[in-house]
Amino acid sequence: MDFLNAIVALANFVIIPATAYGAQLALGALGVTLIYGILRFSNFAHGDTMAFGAMVTILCTWGLQALGVSLGPLPTALLALPVGIVVTGLLLIGTDRLVYRFYRQKKAKPVIFVIASLGVMFIMNGIVRFIIGVDDQRFGDGERFIISARTFREMTGLEEGLAFRTSQGITIVVALIAVALLFWFLGRTRTGKSMRAFSDNEDLALLSGINPERVVMITWLIVAALATTAGVLYGLDKSFKPFTYFQLLLPIFAAAIVGGLGNPLGAILGGFLIAFSEVGVTYAFRKVVTYLAPEGMEPEGLLQLLSTDYKFAVSFGILLIVLLFKPTGIMKGKSV
Amino acid sequence: MTRTIDTKAIMLFALVAVLFIGTGFVQSWNTALTIFNMGLISAIMALGVNMQWGYAGLFNVGIMGFVALGGLAAVLVSMDPVNEAWAAGGLQVLLGLVLGAATIVGAILTYSRMAPGRMRTLAMLVILLGGFFIFRAVFDVGVAAVEAIDPASTGYLGGLGLPVLVAWPVGGLLAAGAAWIIGKTALGLRSDYLAIATLGIAEIIIAVLKNEDWLARGVKNVTGVPRPVPYEVDLQASERFTNFAASIGADPVTFSSITVKLSYAGLFIVVLLALIWLSEKAWNSPWGRMMRAIRDNEVSASAMGKDVKARHLQVFILGSAIVGMAGAMMTTLDSQLTPGTYQPLRFTFLVWVMVIVGGSGNNWGAVLGGFLVWWLWIQVEPIGLLLMQGITGGMPEGSWLRDHLLDAAAHMRLLTMGMILLLVLRFSPRGLIPER
Repeated sequence: MDFLNAIVALANFVIIPATAYGAQLALGALGVTLIYGILRFSNFAHGDTMAFGAMVTILCTWGLQALGVSLGPLPTALLALPVGIVVTGLLLIGTDRLVYRFYRQKKAKPVIFVIASLGVMFIMNGIVRFIIGVDDQRFGDGERFIISARTFREMTGLEEGLAFRTSQGITIVVALIAVALLFWFLGRTRTGKSMRAFSDNEDLALLSGINPERVVMITWLIVAALATTAGVLYGLDKSFKPFTYFQLLLPIFAAAIVGGLGNPLGAILGGFLIAFSEVGVTYAFRKVVTYLAPEGMEPEGLLQLLSTDYKFAVSFGILLIVLLFKPTGIMKGKSV
Repeated sequence: MTRTIDTKAIMLFALVAVLFIGTGFVQSWNTALTIFNMGLISAIMALGVNMQWGYAGLFNVGIMGFVALGGLAAVLVSMDPVNEAWAAGGLQVLLGLVLGAATIVGAILTYSRMAPGRMRTLAMLVILLGGFFIFRAVFDVGVAAVEAIDPASTGYLGGLGLPVLVAWPVGGLLAAGAAWIIGKTALGLRSDYLAIATLGIAEIIIAVLKNEDWLARGVKNVTGVPRPVPYEVDLQASERFTNFAASIGADPVTFSSITVKLSYAGLFIVVLLALIWLSEKAWNSPWGRMMRAIRDNEVSASAMGKDVKARHLQVFILGSAIVGMAGAMMTTLDSQLTPGTYQPLRFTFLVWVMVIVGGSGNNWGAVLGGFLVWWLWIQVEPIGLLLMQGITGGMPEGSWLRDHLLDAAAHMRLLTMGMILLLVLRFSPRGLIPER
């Protein structure tokens, strides 16, 4: 019985939250890695793109809520998500026209693109703060739990409760759908194949008549969809605060690099690796070990490797290890 | 090297001077001097970043971390030591840190001495894990003892009680040490990786400052860092000073605060001028030419026998040290270390805007950018508020949109900075005073 309790405690505090967080990071890292693969630069504005997409979705959600539209047990934000994706897509294509295209035609060095993306980051951050402010925004509605801790205890008779929040369930399902769609698109459609060809060898792709501008435009649209979805899911799961989205940049980059920049499968793997390490290292394992340890041998300390405030250090540590020993990432990515 | 007088640069500096003097007339001399002092510090930060980016093309986005390390140095050097805390657990904390460092050194030695293979990985893991737990066991006890000593007013080890001016070079040294560690790991990889590594290390430095209360009180902030200049109240109490103020017809309170700001400005100007002189010397020396050669073509520079990685490491450390020094100066100016106020947008990316706008690869350009962009950063807010008041003037009092727009005016500065950065990068990529 104690063994079961230990597993339930572990699932409740580590496995479920880390899976949801990992899915959010994976979606974010996919966006970063796609831009890297096609446009060949690290987009520092990605965190703020996520914030922008989430903001549009939130505004639309509030509108729907005011009209009395709801999805029943599911959050209304899911209905508003497509609007967020479309608006973010338009914004990203607009930015590309106004900012990045010029440097692409000039064949500027990647670092110039990165600096330009800093400028875009400032502007997007400014727009988000301008429209919605810097405060925490809650926009989740519908049923809060799929299984609440109390129902679980009543159902199983275990001492330990297991809470499975709707936002976590939705994160996992939506992320699965998004990833499946992305891989179907990249692997099966003509456009997706041309994108992969472009990423592998630009000159060859151009020779075979692939229109680079179209590839770039579609990339931005996909990135908008991924970033908005990631932003909304993160906001539903935790809360929406523009500044935290900026801070997500570090774990997202870490996930993309650890997985191998430019490699979509690696980005997903990296996202989960970072999320599980972050949650695992900063979780106090005292409860789990207490259940497992024999009578009278319960641990005294918290059994926490690092305090939660150092979660950045975890993603950074993994990043450093990978950069030192395998600079192209776990799954082979690009390294220029 | 012959120097032609660059009229455009002189005009631009004159324009900046007009901006500051105008602020003095329109707002107040106190405001103008406050902006000017931070402008001096910003200019020094910009010089440091320019050394990394303009000289060597290294993309460092961890400036905030180096600034914060400088600030930490100010606390560690100038605050009085807390003797009870030292007695309670100071040595134990130090012992813990030494053990932690020994673990890392041991792991690195194992890695470099043992033959590659499973045994090496295993040995490293054992050393790292074992070392970590020993470190925590020793360190945590010491930290708890130190933090228990009067947590409301101290709860930390304090500093060395030395004059605060000593902290400026020490801030540079601390930042240089951090830069050495980062440079050793991330230089030599592609440029984006250095960017992300520096971004990460900056966040970690801030996290350490916020959470390690024994070091610098964390988010409880260290206030009352000693000053290198007199206090306003002392000036007001001094008869000679009040007589002097009366003789030039100034209000003694305002005049005392202006005097203090001017003294700071004097100190900062000395540092800035010395740094400009040194940077210009370096830029025009064979070393500077070598750096530019490496920046423009790494392959041919290394074919000429230049050690690209070592030179990159060198310039990365130098630039970071300058930024660290500026950070120590900033904490001295504020008389307090508040880890919560270190924001990447303000301390990393704004400095980048300064360098790009001013002119990367030109020390005078970086200095100009420092002053100009800092002035804009401060003044955009009131200007934005005026603009918003103009726009909302026709709207009914208390309408939702009017209130929202007035509130949002505070966020105009990010938008403006982004716009300026993109416009300069697009239409004048070499900056206001381009590289010669």
